[in-house]
Amino acid sequence: MKKSIRDAYGEALLELGRENSEVVVLDADVSGSTKSITFGKEIPERFFNVGVAEANMAGMAAGFAATGYIPFINTFAAFMVLRAGDPIRSLIGYGKLNVKVAGAYAGMSDSYDGATHHTLMDIAFFRALQNFTVVSAADAVQAKAATKAAAFHNGPVYLRLSRAEVPVIYGEDYTFELGKGEVLREGNDVTLVATGVMVQKALEAHELLKEKGISARVVNIHTIKPIDKDLLTKCAKETGAIVTAEEHNIYGGLGGAVSEALAESCPVPIAIVGVKDVFAESGDYEQLLEKYGLAAKNILDEACKVIKRK
Amino acid sequence: MTISKEKLNELTVINKRFRRTLIDLLYKIQTGHPGGSLSCTEILTLLYFEKMNITKENLNSMGRDRFILGKGHAAPMLYITLAEKGFFPKEELQNLRQINAMLQGHPCSKTTPGVELSTGPLGLGISAGCGMAQGLKLRNEDSMVYVVMGDGEIQEGIVWEAAMAASKFKLNNLVAILDNNGVQLDGTVEEIMPMGDIRAKWEAFGWHVIEADGHDISSLSDAIDEAKGYKDGPSIINAKTVKGKGISFMEGKNIWHGKPISKDEYEAAIKELEVI
Repeated sequence: MKKSIRDAYGEALLELGRENSEVVVLDADVSGSTKSITFGKEIPERFFNVGVAEANMAGMAAGFAATGYIPFINTFAAFMVLRAGDPIRSLIGYGKLNVKVAGAYAGMSDSYDGATHHTLMDIAFFRALQNFTVVSAADAVQAKAATKAAAFHNGPVYLRLSRAEVPVIYGEDYTFELGKGEVLREGNDVTLVATGVMVQKALEAHELLKEKGISARVVNIHTIKPIDKDLLTKCAKETGAIVTAEEHNIYGGLGGAVSEALAESCPVPIAIVGVKDVFAESGDYEQLLEKYGLAAKNILDEACKVIKRK
Repeated sequence: MTISKEKLNELTVINKRFRRTLIDLLYKIQTGHPGGSLSCTEILTLLYFEKMNITKENLNSMGRDRFILGKGHAAPMLYITLAEKGFFPKEELQNLRQINAMLQGHPCSKTTPGVELSTGPLGLGISAGCGMAQGLKLRNEDSMVYVVMGDGEIQEGIVWEAAMAASKFKLNNLVAILDNNGVQLDGTVEEIMPMGDIRAKWEAFGWHVIEADGHDISSLSDAIDEAKGYKDGPSIINAKTVKGKGISFMEGKNIWHGKPISKDEYEAAIKELEVI
């Protein structure tokens, strides 16, 4: 069964808005795409469409937070980082303001719009931005839970959200804990550490590896910062090799975060699956993932190679 | 209501003393921005010692008025003002811009009591001011939000994004004060990026524009009262000022945006400040 991550996000926003009158939502003229309009339709008095002006959206959110509100700001992740980056850093990050930054259409999920609308460097930006917590949702259930957890966390949070309809991984009884990685499949030969929609690909790779007689553990790192170093260290010790998988440039993302963590605690062979420092192009989403090395088969190949380096 | 004679005299004395404190301080630490601090002195003191509902006691109350220094490089004069208000000990001023100190080169809300918002990158203050004003409206508070911007600062694109939003959301509790000293870092505003008809620009964005002499306390006071009374949307006071005001060799000179003060210059400045 597939479900849209952005629809789940919109539902979460609305539920938050009903439960908590401190939640305000801002959008930069893409509310139909980000699904923040779900909130805006029912709670128009706390919904602010600032027009095509992403920087001002982030600046206004800082002002809302300074008066005690919990603002969620919404636009495509590409424009969130690059257009709103200054107020996000200088006001929200530096001021440690309670703003939730929702980057929609992350990765290559706005596939047909092409490279200008893809976002392959947002994790790097937000990881390097002081005071920010960085969360990336793997499916609709997790997106909803993560959105609510972000609202309850006191401080700036970046929510990385895909446009895609993706298979549902989690059951309705799922509970989300910020900062905790999740072991989705047990295994002893290698650990596949994935985030976002690549979690599904890692689960597929787990099956492919099983056919080859390789037992692969699958871990979902939904909170990229602060990263669950304890779990990663445990996996490194127990399986001896790691493959990371993310819909992001190979530089500065999950692969970097995992490598940095394990370099200190338990250095083992690591392979990084991601976009290899190139701009992608327009096209069907699944075809893009395949062309740019983000298919289950790529994780499989890297797992086979990294095991040999043990 | 015109400002009382007593208040006028009191503020005149404060302004004189603050200019002296500023020069002493910036000479001592050999860093910081004198020009833009001297051009907004009257604006800051009038707001903090007469117009704004803000005290040491109500500093954490929702109903207080808010001040944002968009042109964050004028931090030294803001700090002198906040210290006088008793928000932190005056001794802290001596450590401005020094390691392990409270007072950062540009205002920091996390370290300095009384700083509502961290500013420095130009243009962000008015944007946050919009959110703050809208937030206060949502809470049914009648407090005001004042944002001081430089005339170089309004070259930033985000200023005009914010100008559109303030107008759309009818933020009549937002007052921008343009410290229009005509000089930016690299030269005069006319040389670097002429802003043309400032009144027409802001009016076109839906703002109520009020002209004032930024060094004349009565003129500024009337302008602020008019802005507070205007209920149809946001107001901006186009305050004509002089960069480096009060020290003849600094006045109107872009090099005094952020130049350290030499011993000779310090002595000359002090002489002028004493005879005012």
